[in-house]
Amino acid sequence: MSEALNRRGFLSLAGGLAVAAVSGCGSGDSPAAAPKSGGRLRAVFAGGGAKEVLDPHLQSLFVDIARHKALYEKLVELGPDLKPVPRLATKWEADAQAATWRFTLRDVTFHDGKALTSQDVLYSLARIADPNAPERVAQSSLAALDLRRCKAIDRRTVELTLAAPNAEFPALLAGIGTQIVRDGFKNPAEPNGTGAFRYSSFEPGRSMVATRFDDYWDGPARIEELQILSADAEARANAVQGGQAEYANEMTATFARTAEAGRAVKIVAAKGSTTQAFVMKVDRPPFDNSDVRLAFKLLADRQRLVDVVLAGRGAVGNDLFGKGFQYYPADLPQRERDVDQAKALLKKAGLIGKEVEIFTSDASAGFVEAATLFAEQVAEAGVKLKVTTGSAQTYAKDLLTKGVIGSHRSGAMPIPQYITDRLLTKSPFNVTHWRRPAFDAAFAAAQVQTDEAAREAKYGVLQKTLRDEGGILAWGHPDFLVAISPKLQGVQAVPPNTLDSGRFDKVWLA
Amino acid sequence: MRSYAAQRAVLALAQLAVLSILVFVLTALLPGDAADMRFTETLTPDQVARLRSQLGLDEPAIERFTHWFGNVLTGDLGTSLISGGPVADIVKASVGATLVLTLATLTVVVPLAVLLGLVMGTRENGRLDRVITSITLALSAIPDFVIAVVLITLFSLKLGWLPATWVGGRLLTNPALLVLPVAVLLGRTVCLLSRQVRAGTINALNAEYVVQARRLGVPRRQLLLRHVLPNAAVPGVQELARTGDTLLGGVLVVEAIFAIPGFATALVDGVETRDVPVVQGLTLVLAAAALLINLAADLICNRLVPRTELLR
Repeated sequence: MSEALNRRGFLSLAGGLAVAAVSGCGSGDSPAAAPKSGGRLRAVFAGGGAKEVLDPHLQSLFVDIARHKALYEKLVELGPDLKPVPRLATKWEADAQAATWRFTLRDVTFHDGKALTSQDVLYSLARIADPNAPERVAQSSLAALDLRRCKAIDRRTVELTLAAPNAEFPALLAGIGTQIVRDGFKNPAEPNGTGAFRYSSFEPGRSMVATRFDDYWDGPARIEELQILSADAEARANAVQGGQAEYANEMTATFARTAEAGRAVKIVAAKGSTTQAFVMKVDRPPFDNSDVRLAFKLLADRQRLVDVVLAGRGAVGNDLFGKGFQYYPADLPQRERDVDQAKALLKKAGLIGKEVEIFTSDASAGFVEAATLFAEQVAEAGVKLKVTTGSAQTYAKDLLTKGVIGSHRSGAMPIPQYITDRLLTKSPFNVTHWRRPAFDAAFAAAQVQTDEAAREAKYGVLQKTLRDEGGILAWGHPDFLVAISPKLQGVQAVPPNTLDSGRFDKVWLA
Repeated sequence: MRSYAAQRAVLALAQLAVLSILVFVLTALLPGDAADMRFTETLTPDQVARLRSQLGLDEPAIERFTHWFGNVLTGDLGTSLISGGPVADIVKASVGATLVLTLATLTVVVPLAVLLGLVMGTRENGRLDRVITSITLALSAIPDFVIAVVLITLFSLKLGWLPATWVGGRLLTNPALLVLPVAVLLGRTVCLLSRQVRAGTINALNAEYVVQARRLGVPRRQLLLRHVLPNAAVPGVQELARTGDTLLGGVLVVEAIFAIPGFATALVDGVETRDVPVVQGLTLVLAAAALLINLAADLICNRLVPRTELLR
């Protein structure tokens, strides 16, 4: 008995020592973990050569987005679940129809010392909408704005009126290319924003340097100087491994595997941030037959596609965009592989023994591999899928018009925006040719629903229809991978296009 | 000689004109135009269409070409369809890095190749000749990117002695940036050149006049420098001018691997974005450089061994 007690006593003592050791370790770490000030951070992104721009309203590449995020800000940003969060606007409210919106502005100053006013917001929105500058990217997403009826209520309150009501309007203001510039801003070569960094220099395709803006409203950045660099995947890998950069964006799964074996680099993975899919044109044979679409969905071995094409770094898809994002119907059952049922459906459609061409290209990593592997999976049901590889540079355009089934990927964006851009009759990027007036009407009805729960329920119904009858076979959600130096602290694992992605005012160098 | 140079200059201008037409036609044959290339799911088809007409891409090709050609005649290379800035700026910005890279490579290559060539040529089929020959031949058989990957892995990632890329680097403050790219470019050029110098040396050594000079007791050093080297250099210089394209191919690979913002990178960018004025401007400059180099090579050969002029 006493022995047992002793042993227990010993065990508890040992446990105490273990705890002490762990906490000792922890306190040993904490001086390094406590944010430190100063230093130059070099972050490297995929470059765009002469295509790179300093004008915040023209961006489309990650490198531009990161650059503009450092210098400028938006009224609203997207949180990790793609839900709008306040930035330059501290709050907003809509009328009962979600047609007129009032935004209250934060008390902040531009780099030139002038205070942000409603007039700056109105000027920025008008600049984006300028029809003489068709390359301003937010033009179509903000087309719902009726600019003539937008007005400044006072210096810090702005009223925005929509031509068509939309409860999702704040998310649209968080889209790409919606930065707020100063009233009268004309020369993009002289950036003047409210961001955490002040512009120093820029060479397209190479580098931008910016320094800390001490009056930043969200607390001055910890790093003194930020350099945003451009390089392709190979050079990004070498730069971060060789100590010439502390942050490398958009890395491959293969790189992540080799990098994690060493100690030179840490991988930050945002789980399942993007979407990989095959898209079937619902108005062209054989995919105008919903049985054939369902059969193809049943033939995909999603886990194997994720394991092989994404090297296991991703989640299986359920034929819907945006797993884990706001409004994603997580309660729908996962679609499983069922070759027998698929065969029966294909037989009914008379497709057994026939050949279908799948259109792909190496426009995006994994496209051709996925198509080839999927062709093997489809072959098990007796249908030959012939892989045709097209031009990478014109792929985005070709996919819209050419072929019957092709490769598709999408970055992170709010689900309603994905539907607006790709799944309505008038959508500019409707790659599945999904054009259903009833679907359009139901979506429009959901978008004006100001009660969020009611809206979510309506979106859920629409997404179930898409999953069951639509042309999108979303097989996987790749992780978004970033490589960082072990010295760099505070980098968040979040999907691209969200507030904390490519954001450097909260990180520090240990 | 002067009329020869003038003749060559006229020919060169004609070649440039033909080349610019050819490049224009070839880029026009590529799928899509500069407006299409912006179609990346951020601009809608409607925005792309408005952009196309704004860029003048909906005008007939002939009209666009004559407009561009007319500007070139006045010394204006035109405006980039992508950045909206002058093409001349893009050419200027990209030419520097490539020029530095090429000149640095040449300053190492030329003495090294001449030395190796002379050593090999004077010891024809000797042990040293065979060793150097085997090494140079083996090296020239390895693709540039393989050499680059091996060098980067060894000297940058493992040993940490040299920078792995030009990303974020400045040549002025960090000349070490040049070491690995030049080392990669060195390989093939040294091999090709030293082979030519070797062959020239052997030819010269067996030539009647050298044999005679040797019989007359001219000292070996004087024999090599005065009589053999100038003759041996002729195939070398011609080869050097001809390796321009090999070197450019190498520069392309090297610029891509080390992320050097040079000429090749700008050209590939231009083709990928269908920025026709930029592609045109860059090829014109490149072609002019190639023509000048060949002209210079011919003139140098004339100077080295004047008798070749009689053969023309």
